[in-house]
Amino acid sequence: MAPTDAAAAETPAASTRRIVNDFSIQVATVNGSGSQTANLVLLRSIFQMGIPVSGKNLFPSNIAGLPTWYTIRANASGYVSRKKEIDFLVAMNPETAKQDVMSLQPGSAVLYDEPLKLNALRDDLIFYPVPFDKIVAEVCKDAKLRRLVKNTIYDGVLSKLLDVELGEMEEALRRQLGKKLKAVELNVGALKAGFDFAEKNLVKQDPYSVERMDKTAGKILIEGNAAAALGCMMAGVTVVAWYPITPSSSLPETLIGYMKKYRMDKASGKATFAIVQAEDEIAAIGMVIGAGWAGARSMTSTSGPGISLMAEFAGLAYYAELPGVIFDIQRVGPSTGLPTRTAQGDILSVATLSHGDTKHIMLLPATVEECYTMSMDAFDLSERFQTLVFVMSDLDLGMNTWMSDTFQYPDKPLDRGKLLDQATLTRINNDWGRYVDVDGDGITYRTIPGDGMPAAFTRGSGHNARGQYSERPDDYVNNLDRLARKFETARTFVPAPVVDDAPGSRIGVIAYGTSHFAVEESRDQLQTEAGLPTAYLRLRAYPFGEEVAAFVKRFERVYVVEQNRDAQMLTLLRLDLDPALSARLRSVRHYNGLPIDARSITDEVLAQEGAAIAVT
Amino acid sequence: MTTTSTPEPGKKVNRIGLEMQPYRGGKTTLCAGCGHNAISERIIDAFFEMGVNPKDVIKLSGIGCSSKSPAYFLGGSHGLNSVHGRMPSVATGALLANRKLLAIGVSGDGDTGAIGIGQFVHLMRRNLPLIYIIEDNGCYGLTKGQFSPTADLGSVLKNGVVNDLPPINTCSLAIELGASFVARSFSGDKKQLLSILKASMSHRGTCMIDVISPCVTFNDHEGSTKSYAYVKDHEEPVGDINFVPFFEDISVEYEPGTTTEVKMHDGSRLFLKKLAEDYDPTDKGAALRLLRETTHRNEYATGILYIEPTKYDFTTLLNLVDEPLSTLPLERIRPGREVLDAVMDSLR
Repeated sequence: MAPTDAAAAETPAASTRRIVNDFSIQVATVNGSGSQTANLVLLRSIFQMGIPVSGKNLFPSNIAGLPTWYTIRANASGYVSRKKEIDFLVAMNPETAKQDVMSLQPGSAVLYDEPLKLNALRDDLIFYPVPFDKIVAEVCKDAKLRRLVKNTIYDGVLSKLLDVELGEMEEALRRQLGKKLKAVELNVGALKAGFDFAEKNLVKQDPYSVERMDKTAGKILIEGNAAAALGCMMAGVTVVAWYPITPSSSLPETLIGYMKKYRMDKASGKATFAIVQAEDEIAAIGMVIGAGWAGARSMTSTSGPGISLMAEFAGLAYYAELPGVIFDIQRVGPSTGLPTRTAQGDILSVATLSHGDTKHIMLLPATVEECYTMSMDAFDLSERFQTLVFVMSDLDLGMNTWMSDTFQYPDKPLDRGKLLDQATLTRINNDWGRYVDVDGDGITYRTIPGDGMPAAFTRGSGHNARGQYSERPDDYVNNLDRLARKFETARTFVPAPVVDDAPGSRIGVIAYGTSHFAVEESRDQLQTEAGLPTAYLRLRAYPFGEEVAAFVKRFERVYVVEQNRDAQMLTLLRLDLDPALSARLRSVRHYNGLPIDARSITDEVLAQEGAAIAVT
Repeated sequence: MTTTSTPEPGKKVNRIGLEMQPYRGGKTTLCAGCGHNAISERIIDAFFEMGVNPKDVIKLSGIGCSSKSPAYFLGGSHGLNSVHGRMPSVATGALLANRKLLAIGVSGDGDTGAIGIGQFVHLMRRNLPLIYIIEDNGCYGLTKGQFSPTADLGSVLKNGVVNDLPPINTCSLAIELGASFVARSFSGDKKQLLSILKASMSHRGTCMIDVISPCVTFNDHEGSTKSYAYVKDHEEPVGDINFVPFFEDISVEYEPGTTTEVKMHDGSRLFLKKLAEDYDPTDKGAALRLLRETTHRNEYATGILYIEPTKYDFTTLLNLVDEPLSTLPLERIRPGREVLDAVMDSLR
């Protein structure tokens, strides 16, 4: 054994450094091995000890047998974006173990399955060998179940090595496994066996540990897709159509669970909602549009490939002015390869989805709480503006577990928009036309089947203000111009950007969605490491509010940070801003399928700042 | 819903006191003599005579000559002209939003059999309560006469092109896939088409009605198997249809063994008298056999080919509340504060 092997060290040289509540752990396993429970138990027990924590699952597009990694970051300051460096590796997958170890920074720690003999690979790491098969055989007599409890053993070992309280781990395990008492018993046994093994055989050499804090009191842990599902239920959604696609499926699936539990009519025992698994995404959006046309609050959830299929219907909805909410849980590019990796890659295609002149409202949640609130905003905006509203989440936000303050009960009634009623009909002297702009805001009054108001024949691009068939050039232009006016009105209705100023800053940063957390951390790095203060504007919707132009106007350079190759949001900003202002925009992009990290942003901004300063 | 307006004396009104006007639509822009216009007229007659209020009806379509026609009937109803081949999904959404509506969808043979075959298949599987009419002329009229997937093998286009692929038999397909009311008719057969339409309005489930509707401009020549002359020669009604709506108290007598009596969802009665030997419209196997054999003989079997009046429709299957989902009040669609609190507690 190598001299750094803790188990073999004659004179344990415990590290004099201590790094408390600031490290990342990566667990490398094979998918389908049941490691998710062990990983969530680890995450949750740190959370229960009051330390800000985040977990990210890097998984393959596969059911069993391919490598998967789970990264947990504990950070006292509350940074929850992906940390670029791995401090502590748990190497359970023989396939990737070598590469996993070779990619670590010197000084990192490795907990590994003893037969893998990883300690021979490098001499600048700290190794903790654990004979998993031997331990599991002792705690689990039934050979068939061993696979399922083996992973819990590393939780027990980490409990000892990192000072994660064993009681909290047990508590987390019970929460995770719920009423499966036999499973709880087996796993608690494995947990203790891991702890005991570490206590007897391993000598702590790495500097990482956790210490109880109070920074998670009252907080919850939830995935963005579950938060959005909750928002949809509270928004009063009644018709849902969806087609399975990663990373979107867990949104409608969680919604089904909530709706069956909380939205059955008490008196009749019947459903106050319809949820349909459609034959494809085209049918899904068709159902959404049909339901929206008939007056329901309707939605679907999909990802990039589904968005592409929905393009034609999206155009019809834009021109015919039909409401509907579409969640786009963005992921990397088409077909096979990286569908289970994250990106912000659909911004441009969604903003102008379909043929002809189209523009769509997009909401840009960054947090799980915004997944919840913006779901409700989306339905209100969709009915107010009688158009599709896209909620642009991503895999990182949708499928990973995030800390959050508890969600607030909605304090506003639903906004059902401009539905023609008798009072309005009287006000307009009984002279209603489906597309007549009565109020000058571009939004017209609609009627829905069965409401007793005048009927309308709804069709695509060829109609006049009265909703009659028309191919006249002036009718088409008038209608397109009114639609543009309606979009202008939307600027003041959508969630406004969040601006965080920094005194003395000459540069600004614009970001949106999940890039937010890495940007916040990067701003602190820029300040503390380079003395570079930055102001920050976080976009929350398209169309952009007027705050965006005002923000860009105040800085020499503004870095637009996003997770795609082609600077999609920057391009959209360019379309919207005065050319003199758009010349101030710089691009920081990240597109390798992993969630963006602070260090990459900091390095890129400093590199470009160096260049910028050199030119001046 | 009933109307409160009093009709002018001397004007013809239906059983709910409405005149013909709200049942009529805009002036047709289809070619003179187009079979689709005759179908529109039968739809107007059927809805008027059944006394269904146009305000309670929605009409939907895809794209094509056929799909233009909803603008030409039921002007008092809401209509949605959607995109090519995707009307079934739009109808599905609309009916889930408001299951109280009576929905009629008009498609064409290309809109159904080609671009829309996927949605057609799943519509049939779901047995959505929709009257789905295919205005079937075997060609694409609006793009000037290309073959569609219901064109028969060996049928000839005006320019001499011969169809060398077998047709999709929409009726067999619909029966196979789960539609609970499947009929075929001919736009030139006024009486039969009217009876089928009226019966379909009393059925709760997908009514797939394939109506052969000759295209006078592109497919009415010698060599076409969808021309007026050809269809007149090859139409084989499988049974006489006697539809007695729920609001008419008429006793019908028939010789045992000659007629199938079907009780409809709304209490109407349907008497189907055998003309073809093997005709049993309640037997799926018999219906498929009849279609196979008549097709083999180059005949168009017409009439109500298959009916399953008790099959659950899609909205019943989904266990929806009786009221339209679209207008449920806030308190029934937003759970209370205690629900959010409970969910939050479970996540701490």
